[in-house]
Amino acid sequence: MPSIRKPLIPLAPHATNALGLTVRDYEGAMSTLCAGCGHDSITAALVQTFYELDMPPEKIAKLSGIGCSSKTPTYFVSGAHGFNSVHGRMPPIVTGANAANKNNIYIGISGDGDSLSIGTGHFVHAIRKNINMVYIIENNGVYGLTKGQFSPTADVGSTTKRGVPNEVPPIDPVELALSLGASFVARSFSGDKRQLIPILKAAVEHHGFAMIDVISPCIQFNNHQGSTKSYKYIREHEINEIDSVFLRSSSEITAELPADSRVSVTMHDGSILMFRTLPENYDPRDRTAAMNYVHEAKAKGEVPTGLLYIDREIPDIHDLNDTTEEPLINIPFQKLCPGRNALLKFQESFQ
Amino acid sequence: MTQQLDQNNLVPPMNPASLGNGSHKILDKVNDLAIRFATVNGTGSASANNLLLKAIFRMGIPVSGKNLFPSNIQGLPTWYEIRINGSGFTSRANLFDLVVAMNSQTYETDIASVRSGGYFIFDSSWFMPPQLMRSDINFLGVPFSDLFAEEFPESRERILMRNIGYAGVVAAAVTMDPDVVSQLLDETYSTSERIRNSNHRAFELGYNYAIENFNCPLPIRLERMEQNEGKIIIDGNTATALGCVYAGATVAAWYPITPATSVAENFTKLCSKYRHETVKLEDGTTEERNNFIVLQAEDELAALGMVVGASWAGARAFTSTSGPGISLMNEILGLAYYTEIPAVIIDVQRTGPSTGMPTRVQQADIMECAYASHGDTKHILLFPSDPNECFQFSVEAFDLAEHFQTPVIVLSDLDIGMNDWVVDKLEWDDSYTWNRGRVLNAEDLEAIAKYYRYSDEDADFVTPRTLPGVSSKGAYFTRGSGHDRLGAYTESPEGYRQVVDRLAKKHKAAAKYVPKPLTEIKPGARFGVITLGSCEMAVREAVANLEEQGMPLDYLRIRGFPFSEEIKQFIDSHEINVVVEQNRDAQLRSLLILETESFPTQLRSVLSYGGFPICADDVVEGLLNELKD
Repeated sequence: MPSIRKPLIPLAPHATNALGLTVRDYEGAMSTLCAGCGHDSITAALVQTFYELDMPPEKIAKLSGIGCSSKTPTYFVSGAHGFNSVHGRMPPIVTGANAANKNNIYIGISGDGDSLSIGTGHFVHAIRKNINMVYIIENNGVYGLTKGQFSPTADVGSTTKRGVPNEVPPIDPVELALSLGASFVARSFSGDKRQLIPILKAAVEHHGFAMIDVISPCIQFNNHQGSTKSYKYIREHEINEIDSVFLRSSSEITAELPADSRVSVTMHDGSILMFRTLPENYDPRDRTAAMNYVHEAKAKGEVPTGLLYIDREIPDIHDLNDTTEEPLINIPFQKLCPGRNALLKFQESFQ
Repeated sequence: MTQQLDQNNLVPPMNPASLGNGSHKILDKVNDLAIRFATVNGTGSASANNLLLKAIFRMGIPVSGKNLFPSNIQGLPTWYEIRINGSGFTSRANLFDLVVAMNSQTYETDIASVRSGGYFIFDSSWFMPPQLMRSDINFLGVPFSDLFAEEFPESRERILMRNIGYAGVVAAAVTMDPDVVSQLLDETYSTSERIRNSNHRAFELGYNYAIENFNCPLPIRLERMEQNEGKIIIDGNTATALGCVYAGATVAAWYPITPATSVAENFTKLCSKYRHETVKLEDGTTEERNNFIVLQAEDELAALGMVVGASWAGARAFTSTSGPGISLMNEILGLAYYTEIPAVIIDVQRTGPSTGMPTRVQQADIMECAYASHGDTKHILLFPSDPNECFQFSVEAFDLAEHFQTPVIVLSDLDIGMNDWVVDKLEWDDSYTWNRGRVLNAEDLEAIAKYYRYSDEDADFVTPRTLPGVSSKGAYFTRGSGHDRLGAYTESPEGYRQVVDRLAKKHKAAAKYVPKPLTEIKPGARFGVITLGSCEMAVREAVANLEEQGMPLDYLRIRGFPFSEEIKQFIDSHEINVVVEQNRDAQLRSLLILETESFPTQLRSVLSYGGFPICADDVVEGLLNELKD
């Protein structure tokens, strides 16, 4: 994708994180997306997330498919390896990379067409395998790069810019992920950084497949009156009843503990995910409750956001495989090759 | 004795011992015979067939076994063919000296497949329609069903043991050493005394019946030789999987497909034998941990995606598939080629197009693999001819893929992959270590001013890569979209061309690295014969046969693509070359014309593409047709 190097404008000294890096160190090339694109806000939230998590840039691996959303890995953490692959195929590529080196932090950026049309088969199987990664769907209900065709998340009745309504029912990534037993399911809105950043932090620390459906309006092709993915529509229909905070293992937990927290989940690294507000009778660790809540909200025409469901106990591919602690890429050849004597012995049964 | 009359054909059954004793020519052959077993699939005949194959192997006689099976689990006709040849030519035969017909559904074709003067063994418990009988062959009836009904009352066991019974009959008929068979039964069923005893009993039942009722040994018979010293009997898919283990592959991703399934399954089995480490836990106990991972993907496209992801991250990774899988993998093959990511793909070819005949063989993926994907792409191909080369070439494939940072496809086929071959013992040199190609580590990166992914090419036009997780200085953006030599997105003609021109040169440079062709130059030869892969045995036999008839031919077997200079020279040194291959469209010939710039008139074709492994007799006929003045 085209990209523009950012101009070096002298700025007042930035604050630094524990690694001595500034927020700018987590940025990438200048975005070439349209001004006002929701995706750029998600990019900004990712920059802030990694900065605040003191993440070494080289530990991050950013992968994507094809589409506007898939361009964005160029726009954050330029010190990380990136892989802009082919349309819909990012999940298998992350699966392989994760199998080879489980120590990297894998961030997959996808779109609604990428994940729910051409790559649906891969998306659902990455969920089944519970690949340890953050999977962001930058969901705008439209094919932007090809100028405005409906995507599989376009709601029935939602119209194109010219007013033609969509008549084919949509696929809801949240409902799909919940029904498949995904271990981390969230929905957020590109316009709500305050909600998105804690979710992203929890997703990074989550051991397993962390799916975040981020509604991200397309300013060019899907931000008009008849759209159900416009800034205006989402602002009017979003219900933000589930509110969580993410407290890193290193922070002073007691001092920040909100008094009204209802549920807290300890992450694998000791960080705590705290749900400050939740709807009546809702437990984000209860999949059936989460599914019911999402269904009911949808029936009322509402768009519930927040970290909807989390299960820390689902094994990933390495847990199931009993893989060595050491990433596979670090195992020396001597340990991998059984050698001449073993080969001779093996062949005894072939004589 | 139970006899069944065909309602439409009220001819009384004959006494089996008296069948086919008419006057005709007598085959008198030692260590030169072809045997065919006609059975019903799903009845467990494989153990009996393997038993015979291995017994002949242990008698030191060159032998091959080929399984012609249906794409079905139970109930359809299936054949197993054993070719025994003291001179070492064990390609598939056209006619058989001995046919064991355990499937009445296929009597007609089975009877037709017997060589004049040959033998036809059938179950004489049932009616044999006389109109099917030929007077020029010998019918040997054995009342298998009756004999085994008495001895093995339980039905499943009876079906299995009847097979071991026909093995006994054949062993007696062709003078197989009963001690060798007995020893094999002991080894195969060492863990269960009951099953071992049943097998011994069944074998003896058949063996003794033949000795008592026929003139054993028949004039077609075996004599011990010493030809199998230093040899093993193994299928190509096992050897390939073993090669992947020895090459240090840690990630395998695959989707089940005939005939490649046993590559991944064997890899998994071998890894659970060789690839675990004992790890000490904090509480003092120990645990076994695996230093490999096998991913069963959602489809072949994903399988190759996983391989590319794993290679990108720094592992040795491979996938195994067949033609339909290669079709799906085209997209990712183009990605790996253009982004320069190593990948090893094992293609065990079957009959296409589309689903084709999944359990039949062809070499029909040559063109597709050479140029797989849209856009200008060329891949490195290796063509093993037998399981020994499957082992060697799968190791070599990883070295080539990592050296050239590109996909390497090993084109095996169903005949090599799934049949048992007698080959030289697999060798391993402990001083071998893997060639990971140009990969910069953190130290290397420290030493350079700035890193650009597609700059600093070496003599083979390869540029250094870096792995994620190592150093920010090595970070770059891998992209299947247009990129320049710095790795940046480009839509500029010059920026784009610089990279794709280097890729073309890189592919050419690989010609020096792929396995060299094997040639045999004969004094006085006017014509050349070119072949590849599993055609080897049949073509060698045909060439030897024609030399005996006074037509010496030069021989060349291609083992890798891109083609080396030597291949071009061989073509140019003959007015006419005949390319022998197993596909309809003469794909190797086409590739040779395109890539060596030979004239089409320099290359003719002999083609075998019906799905059964190629026969020497057909090659002889084809060569004579093409080369007659």
